[in-house]
Amino acid sequence: MKSLSVEQRITTIYTNESRRVLATLIRLLQGNFDLAEEAMQDAFVAALAQWQRDGVPDNPRAWLISTGRFKAIDRIRKNTSQDHHLQAFAHTLSAELATELPDDDDAIEDDRLRLIFTCCHPSLAMEARIALTLREVCGLTTEAIAAAFLVPVPTLAQRIVRAKNKIRDAVIPYDVPEPEQLPKRLEAVLPVIYLVFNEGYSASSGGKVVQRDLSAEAIRLGRLLSDLLPHADADGLLALMLLHDARRAGRTNANGDLIPLEEQDRSLWNRAQIREGCELVVQALKAGPPGIYTLQASIAAVHAEAPSAKETDWAEITGLYDILLRINPSPVVQLNRAAALAMRDGPEAGLEAIDKLMGLKNLKHYYLLYAARADLFRRMGLSQEATCCYQQALDLTQQEPERRFLQQRLSTLQNN
Amino acid sequence: MKYLCLVYYDEKKMQQLSQQDWDTLNRECIECVEGLTQGGHFLDGAPLLSTDTATTLRMRDNKPLITDGPFAETKEQLAGFYMLEARDMNEAIRLAEKIPPARYGCVEIRPVRELLGQDNNR
Repeated sequence: MKSLSVEQRITTIYTNESRRVLATLIRLLQGNFDLAEEAMQDAFVAALAQWQRDGVPDNPRAWLISTGRFKAIDRIRKNTSQDHHLQAFAHTLSAELATELPDDDDAIEDDRLRLIFTCCHPSLAMEARIALTLREVCGLTTEAIAAAFLVPVPTLAQRIVRAKNKIRDAVIPYDVPEPEQLPKRLEAVLPVIYLVFNEGYSASSGGKVVQRDLSAEAIRLGRLLSDLLPHADADGLLALMLLHDARRAGRTNANGDLIPLEEQDRSLWNRAQIREGCELVVQALKAGPPGIYTLQASIAAVHAEAPSAKETDWAEITGLYDILLRINPSPVVQLNRAAALAMRDGPEAGLEAIDKLMGLKNLKHYYLLYAARADLFRRMGLSQEATCCYQQALDLTQQEPERRFLQQRLSTLQNN
Repeated sequence: MKYLCLVYYDEKKMQQLSQQDWDTLNRECIECVEGLTQGGHFLDGAPLLSTDTATTLRMRDNKPLITDGPFAETKEQLAGFYMLEARDMNEAIRLAEKIPPARYGCVEIRPVRELLGQDNNR
């Protein structure tokens, strides 16, 4: 029983601390991502043996970082290729062993920030930044990232390898950018954080729609950035995440089934978080022309403050989508605008807007397009068309709660 | 770490600059090189004559195949290069930002690799 509990504790420590340990090891190993990852795995393996014998140390994170550093040197020394650079590197690392490792939280958080900015370096393609950040900073599996971005696992894995090779070969430094470069560099970071949030808010596969830790992690990253860097759209992003997250308790029932916005019990929404989100939106809007996150947060704020779906200011929401489309003409925004339009002007108007999007390649496999279409047909009383669209949506999503929701709508239609 | 900064621009557009603007740009380049040299970053570099003067050579079956012009028709053409010494990519980017024609075309920043007897990087 005792050994099982140590194993369980190590699993928890891995979940909570492995990304921090990795971020610090990458710095100590001079930006060598692969070596740092191997060293971290080695350290956890060593922990499994030693902690079962001696007990879990007082500061497991410091133990893991220190052990990881020794393991990295071991690994290089055991490498028989006689690479002079590598051996010289091992020598430097050994010399540094004498220096005390700072383990205060500030130093550790700085390392996390270094990791974020390196993974989100503008020299890397956006898709590589996102993949690398989700993998390295957030510790998502390659499979989960691949599913989230609808690409095959090997493609995603290769994307990560190439990004790491570029960081190494082009010498992209493991640093937080200089103050004058920060705003520009931040533009590469914000979408990554939002995608992490969304991964937590609606997991790409499996039975649980809410991976609370991941959303909490994204909000934490958002807060950290917002604290550290005075930037309106960083506040906008934090507001957006807080406002979405505030609706969490009303979003699913006891069985974990999804409840659509118009049927949610709004008394379950987290009012304190909505207040904080709305204050951030106001603050971000005052700072100048709104960015894409501030606009989306403004839309979320209108929803959050409305007493019901019917009493929502749909004209305001449609107008906000129009501004958003001007600075970010994406098909997903167009789909959302169409849904808002349907609430403002009726399902026929929404359907007309959605039908214009049907040919877009990016939306071809997007289940929400078919779900939105199905919903409009249902509201128009066209059950045959609705059934067909719900079926198409069902074929395109792997998320269990989404599937159950669509299934439910489908059987309600068929029973009538 | 050595980085080669390759300067590209649309030659046709640059032809339309007045002689005065063109000379001003060239003087800026001279100043840029002076600044980079003083900072210990400038290793080598040169502006190139236009692609009208280019000749492309291919060796096939030990025979030279010679054609007129650059190897490919592109919207922007190679116009010059700077070989720079920089600590890392961030420093290379900051240095390349000072290359005057970057505001007309673009600068491709490429890390330089070493030629080795074996185990060469790809």
